[in-house]
Amino acid sequence: MTEPLLSLTGLTKAYPGVVANRDVSFDIAPGEIHALLGENGAGKSTLVKTIYGLVKPDSGTMTMNGAAFAPSDPAEARRAGVAMVFQHFSLFDALTVAENIVLGMDDPPSPRAIASEVARVSELYGLPLDPARIVGDLSAGERQRVEIVRCLLQDPKLLIMDEPTSVLTPQEVKILFTTLRKLSAEGTAILYISHKLGEIEALCEAATVLRLGEVVATCDPRRTGPREMAELMVGQVLQSPVRASRPEGPILLDLRKLSAPAPHRFGTPLRDVTLQVRAGEVLGIGGVAGNGQDELVAALSGEMPVDAEMIRLDGTPIGRAGVNARRDLGLLCGPEERLGHAAAPDMTLTENAALTATTRKGMARRGFMRWPQARAFAEEVIASFDVRTPGPGNTARSLSGGNLQKFVIGREILQEPRVLVVNQPTWGVDAAAAAAIRQALLSLADDGAAIVVISQDLDELMEVSDRFCALVEGRLSASRPARGLSVHDVGLMLGGAHDMEVAHVAE
Amino acid sequence: MDLSSINPILLLASLMVAATPILLAAIGELVAERAGVLNLGVEGMMITGAVVGFIVAVNTGSPWLGFAGAAVGGAALSLVFGVLTQYLLSNQVATGLALTLFGLGLSALLGQGYIGVKAPSFPDLDVPLLSDIPVIGPIVFRHDPMVYLGLFIVLGVWLFLNRSRAGLILRAVGENHDAAHALGYSVRRTRMLAIAFGGACAGLGGAYLSLVRVPQWTEGMTAGAGWIALAIVVFASWRPGRLVLGAYLFGGVTVLQLNLQAAGVAIPVEYLSMTPYLATIAVLVIMSAGRSPGSLGKIFHAAR
Repeated sequence: MTEPLLSLTGLTKAYPGVVANRDVSFDIAPGEIHALLGENGAGKSTLVKTIYGLVKPDSGTMTMNGAAFAPSDPAEARRAGVAMVFQHFSLFDALTVAENIVLGMDDPPSPRAIASEVARVSELYGLPLDPARIVGDLSAGERQRVEIVRCLLQDPKLLIMDEPTSVLTPQEVKILFTTLRKLSAEGTAILYISHKLGEIEALCEAATVLRLGEVVATCDPRRTGPREMAELMVGQVLQSPVRASRPEGPILLDLRKLSAPAPHRFGTPLRDVTLQVRAGEVLGIGGVAGNGQDELVAALSGEMPVDAEMIRLDGTPIGRAGVNARRDLGLLCGPEERLGHAAAPDMTLTENAALTATTRKGMARRGFMRWPQARAFAEEVIASFDVRTPGPGNTARSLSGGNLQKFVIGREILQEPRVLVVNQPTWGVDAAAAAAIRQALLSLADDGAAIVVISQDLDELMEVSDRFCALVEGRLSASRPARGLSVHDVGLMLGGAHDMEVAHVAE
Repeated sequence: MDLSSINPILLLASLMVAATPILLAAIGELVAERAGVLNLGVEGMMITGAVVGFIVAVNTGSPWLGFAGAAVGGAALSLVFGVLTQYLLSNQVATGLALTLFGLGLSALLGQGYIGVKAPSFPDLDVPLLSDIPVIGPIVFRHDPMVYLGLFIVLGVWLFLNRSRAGLILRAVGENHDAAHALGYSVRRTRMLAIAFGGACAGLGGAYLSLVRVPQWTEGMTAGAGWIALAIVVFASWRPGRLVLGAYLFGGVTVLQLNLQAAGVAIPVEYLSMTPYLATIAVLVIMSAGRSPGSLGKIFHAAR
């Protein structure tokens, strides 16, 4: 066993009301690809922020190459050789690639030298980038390349990657892994955080599992299977959702050449989206974020009106109808952003329930709200979907992500929609809650609703969908039966890796 | 009505003078907004600068010290805004409006003993040789030093924002404060400095009114110039070069309507007086505003 590169001993960090890390200890060897696993709220983010100098631990020590390591800010951590690729990209949309890279360096070379440096690192690791482009115009994969190149320019000894693959196509993931393996072979240690256990199994040599801030297990992902790791994370045995075989019903939702211009500068126009969904069917729409998902949901929910004939619900043209008119007809939507879009953060659960369910659940009469009905409905959602909250009088903001997601999805499902459209139904939700949400969607389909699930999580789509389509740059592919579709097929449907063919990883 | 009494050379020359206070206030606000701070207190900081500059200049007899005092006064008032919004996390819009009202009241209080007093004169700077060029000379090269200082500040801000690392950090903070924080830049410190610069520039702009343009102290003498400065920042799409254009357009319409009034055009004075503001509104409507800094006006919590 070699001398560890980074060694954590007894790290503890408490926030008011919650202990984020409790006595966390583990080692990372030079060149090791080390996975950090855990549910949301297990303390992974706090831990990596501690290593990167953004959070100061209450107690515990870190050593780097045998010397004490206690960075007071990210610049000090960078000087010690720690680099980090953030989960929510830490990029500046209005600035160029070169400016973004310069901002992440402590001792940047001149603007001209940056261009040649970027070219050198790009070629070395197969990450093509144009330094003069504005970051806001780049795809998610390209943005991530900017972050990685920014880190690599500083010759890090430890590279921290927080959920790096959530926005990439399978082909892009493959290229990323090649880059990471090459880095590891050169002696750079990588601390890799992901929910996707299949990827961990393929990439990592060691794993530390956190639950509620504590290390509950360490394992070798190549020997411990993904299912076992998932159970270590959750601390319970997981159930896979069950799908009853469903008869083919009539076409409920019918999109005919749905087109719409991009609603804002960094948006995506919809181009001739054609689609039929039958009663009792779950249609999965996959695609990398920013390919028209938000716009498609907006067109379906009524937030973005389109030509009347473009959307038909049970034969009725509704393209011009408003949001509440569509709800009345039985078309309900669950948008991606739960806090701020699906729910108003500072309003209570009762008020949030009333915001979408007033028309279908008869919560208003002659312009006056009937709060007892609204409260009863909120309580029904809380009880049926196991939402952990003291009661319907609490604000949406006070719920954890998974609980709020269960609430907003449950709120739509209990209104008995005829068509339900959900975008990223389990984004950032822990495994147990995700399984419950998927099961609820399938049960709703069993009862004869047509369901459209838009997601970037391909495993999820394969689990729940009957048919699968890919949304690429605002165009929807023809649908294919989800059963028997391989990851490779799906990757090809998603358009492969964006302009990745031009660069080959230097061997 | 006698339009021939309007001398086009004098008109263009006074355009630069009329535009200077707005240009100064606007360039300061532009820097603050590029750092992500929406300070609606420009009017309050201007008039505070006007009265402080006037008091210092009258008591010391030096207009230069007056301008320095005005910059310090404007910056001090802006730091009140800075502490409230950046450290106590108050709402920027409400705090900025309060700052304007506070500045108007404070300046009236401070200026009580100075109404009717005359400011020390501030001589024009005749640029040697260049001021003798026919037509161009009198228009461009026979002004007081503050006119040129204002243009130098604009040039300096352009260089700072587009060529320096500190300027890049400032733009980064304004574009996405969470990302800037994650990379280890101090959002608060950057913004406090930008706010102080904005206050100092607004103070200079105000003092230009009370020491050069009018030149004496009257209550409420800024008369909305601070609001025009705010509008011009948007008109300029947060770019210094276009800011000069906007300020000169507003200054030009102001001077033209004054000349038309003097020439006795048969339009009621009230309509003429509103033309600069109507022109600003019209231009703002016609121009697409461009993209504002991503974090403009948002409150920054370091904990999240």
